[in-house]
Amino acid sequence: MENSTSSKNILRVEGLTKFFGGLGAVQNFDITLNQGDLNGLIGPNGAGKTTVFNLITGIYSLTRGKIEFDGESTAGQEPYEITRKGIARTFQNIRLFSNLSVLDNVRIAYHPHAGYNLTDSVLRTKNFYAKEDELTDQALDFLAIFGLEGIQNETAKNLPYGQQRRVEIARALAANPKLLLLDEPAAGMNPKEIIELMDLIHFIHDRFNLTILLIEHQMRVVMGICRHITVMDFGQVIARGNPKEIQANERVVEAYLGKGAGHAA
Amino acid sequence: MELGFLLGSIVKIAAIIAYFYGVLWVMSLPSRWLKIGGMVVAFGVIQLGLTKFGNFQLLNDFDSGLLFQACAMAMVALGLNLIYGFNGQFSLGQWGFYGIGAYTSADITYRWVNGDARGLIVVGVGTIVGAIILTAIGRLVKKIRGIPVLSAFTLYLIGTLAAGFIAVMVGRLLHPVFQPLLGTNLDPGVLAQGIPMQIMFFLAVIFAGIFAAEVSFLFGLPVLTLGSDYFGIATLGFTIVVNVLMINSDTVLPFPEMKGGRGMVGIPKLTTWFWAFLFLMLVVIVMRNILRSSTGRAIMSVREDETAAKAMGIDIAGSKLMAFVIGSLFAGMGGGIYAHFIGFLSPGSFDFLVSFNPLIIVVFGGLGSMTGTIVSSFGWLFFLEGMLRVLLGQMGTEAPTWRYVLYPITLLLMMLIRPQGLLGAVEWGFLKAKVVSTRPKKIPTPTDSPAVEV
Repeated sequence: MENSTSSKNILRVEGLTKFFGGLGAVQNFDITLNQGDLNGLIGPNGAGKTTVFNLITGIYSLTRGKIEFDGESTAGQEPYEITRKGIARTFQNIRLFSNLSVLDNVRIAYHPHAGYNLTDSVLRTKNFYAKEDELTDQALDFLAIFGLEGIQNETAKNLPYGQQRRVEIARALAANPKLLLLDEPAAGMNPKEIIELMDLIHFIHDRFNLTILLIEHQMRVVMGICRHITVMDFGQVIARGNPKEIQANERVVEAYLGKGAGHAA
Repeated sequence: MELGFLLGSIVKIAAIIAYFYGVLWVMSLPSRWLKIGGMVVAFGVIQLGLTKFGNFQLLNDFDSGLLFQACAMAMVALGLNLIYGFNGQFSLGQWGFYGIGAYTSADITYRWVNGDARGLIVVGVGTIVGAIILTAIGRLVKKIRGIPVLSAFTLYLIGTLAAGFIAVMVGRLLHPVFQPLLGTNLDPGVLAQGIPMQIMFFLAVIFAGIFAAEVSFLFGLPVLTLGSDYFGIATLGFTIVVNVLMINSDTVLPFPEMKGGRGMVGIPKLTTWFWAFLFLMLVVIVMRNILRSSTGRAIMSVREDETAAKAMGIDIAGSKLMAFVIGSLFAGMGGGIYAHFIGFLSPGSFDFLVSFNPLIIVVFGGLGSMTGTIVSSFGWLFFLEGMLRVLLGQMGTEAPTWRYVLYPITLLLMMLIRPQGLLGAVEWGFLKAKVVSTRPKKIPTPTDSPAVEV
């Protein structure tokens, strides 16, 4: 796994365009992710970042453009089919299954590859017990990795915010993705939690051999962990580069702070 | 007298609820033999109560009637809880599927005891061939991607009609073979009495359930794509359509034996405690096994958050359809139990106003609690039908209608005091989710795991 060519394209997006009525939410957006990338996608509010995520995961249908995941076009596929191919995501506002237990939240991610079917579960066959135990063990392992051991039977909505974020990331990883899309994982976190989160992202990136694309507003996080950053404004890409280049880019500063701000600083 | 009856009724309601708690506890026992033994004992206890010893009978005919009706109601309400409580689809169509199950199974047995095997053959062959054809079409639709829902629906509809045609042909072909074995109503043949008749009843209920499930599949396919409220209205429409078809069953539909609005009489009363208990337990076990599995978690995740479920690789449309079909299967089977207890089916009992009953029971017992649904089904029938009807009946001929004043007040108080329902989402015994404890075992790479403590 680790020896696979590091230049292999995992995601290729070309000319991505989405109109909501007459409003071009995303226009001619391009991005390419190679195996093992940890890249950032930033931009002011309303720039269309989350729309890009929704387009990649198939929640919105494209107006124009091409999305290739792992060398295969995802056009016309249902979101669940795209997810099963290996794209997992988290949400800007945490979307846990709030009335279910933490363990069940993670176990739901195993559903597409649970290894038993409805007949097995109705008749409680040996296969059911074997596979169910196996996936429960795996889910517990995941919770342990994320420092969530001991709270597997808690109802998800009763957890503190930081833990909910971690459950959401654990759930996304349990789906066994190749590409992980994180939508503002640091939103609403305090500085201490943010440092822990950055460690966590580094850790999962290395341990699960993942490709990660990250939307974030906290510049500390983006500049701290991303190797390559794409900046969007009004649905279009306005800059690309490594963190240093982006910080020095005038158009980016302008988009965030307004015209002339770059000179004043 | 009245006070004695009141106390007696309260004791009965408490006893029956305690009884079902006991049954659920027995089913959660660790060993298989203990479970089976416990179930037999649980069955026997009520059976003894129903048996006449000389002049003494603990549970009289009125009580046993309530019991059977409550079993049927519990099956319907459990099905609705699967659809609404666990899957989050607000459905008012449950009563329609209940009616379909009742009429279908009644037609099968009615024809059977009157020397006509076509009811069983047509429905049996139709549902089985239908299931095969629908599965085949389902595979095909999945393979060719991008078929619009309505085109897929048309395909399924054609498949079902083909299955129905095959079934009618087979029925014509096999009918003469069975005829001499069935005899007539007054002189029943070998197959129309004793054990064969009991097997026949079992098949009638199962086929009626499957038939209702297939109808719900066809109906749910286009309708489940609607949002929740619109879906509720569409299912209410379904219940009304089924009711209208019942009223016109002898004119619009080719079933003169159903006698339309006058009501279907002469249905053999085959429901015994054995069948009522067996079918109820079947429903409870199947539903619990589905819910406590990956499929069940997928069903519940759709209720919790559709977008997140999609992003977790869960087929939302498939999940909804599955819950809807299984819920209707239970309703159809409940209808079969009801029809053969009461022996008389009138379209009036499948009116859309009555269709709110299962909904009320499910909300009263707690959305997402199977235990609550069972408890409130029995409590509801014993309270409303048993206690109040008799109690108020002693006060005058008009008085029984007062229960429809007391009953909404009870509901109102309930919703004010405990909006989450009697039991909320709490389960008991067999129905409880297994508590998973952390096993002290290898935790992968503990050394390089980040310091994540909050």
